[in-house]
Amino acid sequence: MATQPYKWRRDTDGLGVWEHRGKVAVAGFGHSPVNRRWDETSMDQTLGAYSMLACKLAMEDAGVTPDQIDGVICCDSHIAGSSGGTASNWAPRPYFDPPYDSEWGLTLVNGDWLVKQLELPNVKYAPSNVPTIGEMLGLAAQSIADGKCTTCLVIYPTGNMEGRYRRGGENAQDHADGARQWTFPWGNHGGNDFINIFPHNQYCLKYGGTHDDVAPFVINQHRNGLLTPWGYNASSGMVQLTEEDYVNSRYILNPLRIFDCDRPVNASAAYLVTTAERARDMKQPPVYVLNHSQHNFTQRTTQPDLDEIEEWTDRAAKRMYEGAGLGPADVDIFNPYDGYSIMSQFFLEAFHWHGVKRGDSFAFYADDIRVEGPHPFSSSGGNLGNGRTRTAMYTDSIEQLRGTAGPRQVTVRAETALAAFTTPSSGGWMMFGKHPS
Amino acid sequence: MPKIIPAPDDLSKPFWDAVNEKRLSVQNCTACDRLQYPPRQTCFACGSAEKLEWKDVEGKGHISTYIVIEDGRLNRRMPDQPYNLALITLDEDTSVNFYSNLPGVPPYEVPVGAAVQVIFEEVGPDQLIHEWQVVD
Repeated sequence: MATQPYKWRRDTDGLGVWEHRGKVAVAGFGHSPVNRRWDETSMDQTLGAYSMLACKLAMEDAGVTPDQIDGVICCDSHIAGSSGGTASNWAPRPYFDPPYDSEWGLTLVNGDWLVKQLELPNVKYAPSNVPTIGEMLGLAAQSIADGKCTTCLVIYPTGNMEGRYRRGGENAQDHADGARQWTFPWGNHGGNDFINIFPHNQYCLKYGGTHDDVAPFVINQHRNGLLTPWGYNASSGMVQLTEEDYVNSRYILNPLRIFDCDRPVNASAAYLVTTAERARDMKQPPVYVLNHSQHNFTQRTTQPDLDEIEEWTDRAAKRMYEGAGLGPADVDIFNPYDGYSIMSQFFLEAFHWHGVKRGDSFAFYADDIRVEGPHPFSSSGGNLGNGRTRTAMYTDSIEQLRGTAGPRQVTVRAETALAAFTTPSSGGWMMFGKHPS
Repeated sequence: MPKIIPAPDDLSKPFWDAVNEKRLSVQNCTACDRLQYPPRQTCFACGSAEKLEWKDVEGKGHISTYIVIEDGRLNRRMPDQPYNLALITLDEDTSVNFYSNLPGVPPYEVPVGAAVQVIFEEVGPDQLIHEWQVVD
């Protein structure tokens, strides 16, 4: 008899408060160094080596030993995908000595590979086909709540090798099949830059303002990134982005500028997720999971418009608030995704964080959004401030609730945090709490 | 530089066959009275497969907004940069939209809100695509 797929997602409307609210916690995290690319020679900087390092740091942070780990959830998809071309696969170049005698550990990492390399003796749960970090922490929370494991490492590797990012594979072909036949002939490769720039233009027309009104947000993301020691900007000697830098930067998809786009990097992050009960006996104060929610909305036609984007983000916000049993005024830390700067305003307004309503974002950005100020929006610095690790939003949320964010520590209350790697159409949200209820 | 050539499949073949005959034909759900593009197996609104039919449309629309691709990822189109990518809403059902490079309109000089009419452009042997031209 075939095994039914594990239904763990909270991805429909009207589910009510998550029944396991406050019963799962994040007890540790670890980040590898963040390089622009793997240099193809340093074997201690491969994606696999960095993932192992991140796991060790997460276990150390939580104060657990390898024998205590009984779950490993690792995203095994290559961040550059099928359009990565030469940047996606090490082959046909010759492989190295074990454990780098295949793509595993070089361009790909999964649970099985990590269990073997880390010599974790008691893992009973290491699912395959794990989604990205946008949903993965939700999978971990639900898996622990459902008793599939109790002490779980959650790993998100983001590799990057030499070669222009996503300029190969299907992007280099003369023909376009599948969904690409409706976008490629006109020059749209189908990424979230394209998906969001048109609604962003419509946003400017509808509510007033121009594209460069996002500059204060982008600049502040870089500022928060420089306050994040493990991130790419801080660890690579980047200097603070200025408004002059921003408005004079080159365009990618005019009006989308280079500084509106995150920087692909070679890095890995790991989180130690466990039951709330166990977390209370671990090294760090627990950061409780108050809800996880996912969404995967289908667009009506070729290109989502502003109305559709606003409807999707409203629904995602409603699902998350309902499941957490919280409302906008309850959320202290807000770390939405910023892989393209133009997405963030849609999330900010949908969640009504600090009272921001539709059309208010540009004025909000122009106010004081620094971490020291009254509206510390995206205190993580996100991808724009740290590189395309897609994890800064989660780590900052944990640190803020622990009170260990250092120079990024907000001065307002920090007892709840919303974090996401998500686009308006698909992904997931996590609500964390300093307290279980 | 030539544009990327669409590769029709079973679902999209009727659409591209019509385009090759210089007709713009989109799905129409007779139950919902809604047009649908790109084609799907079922109606986006009601989920019906049986009520979907192909319907020729007039091919009139308006420019909703646009961007200019200056550093895109598609190798075949890179020599064309910078070029316009406009979003066209169909007059017969404004919930349906299309992309267009707006042939004849210089980059950055797109008349947002202007009326457009569908035209057909050859992108490969025996393969046309639908494009849109500003109506004077």
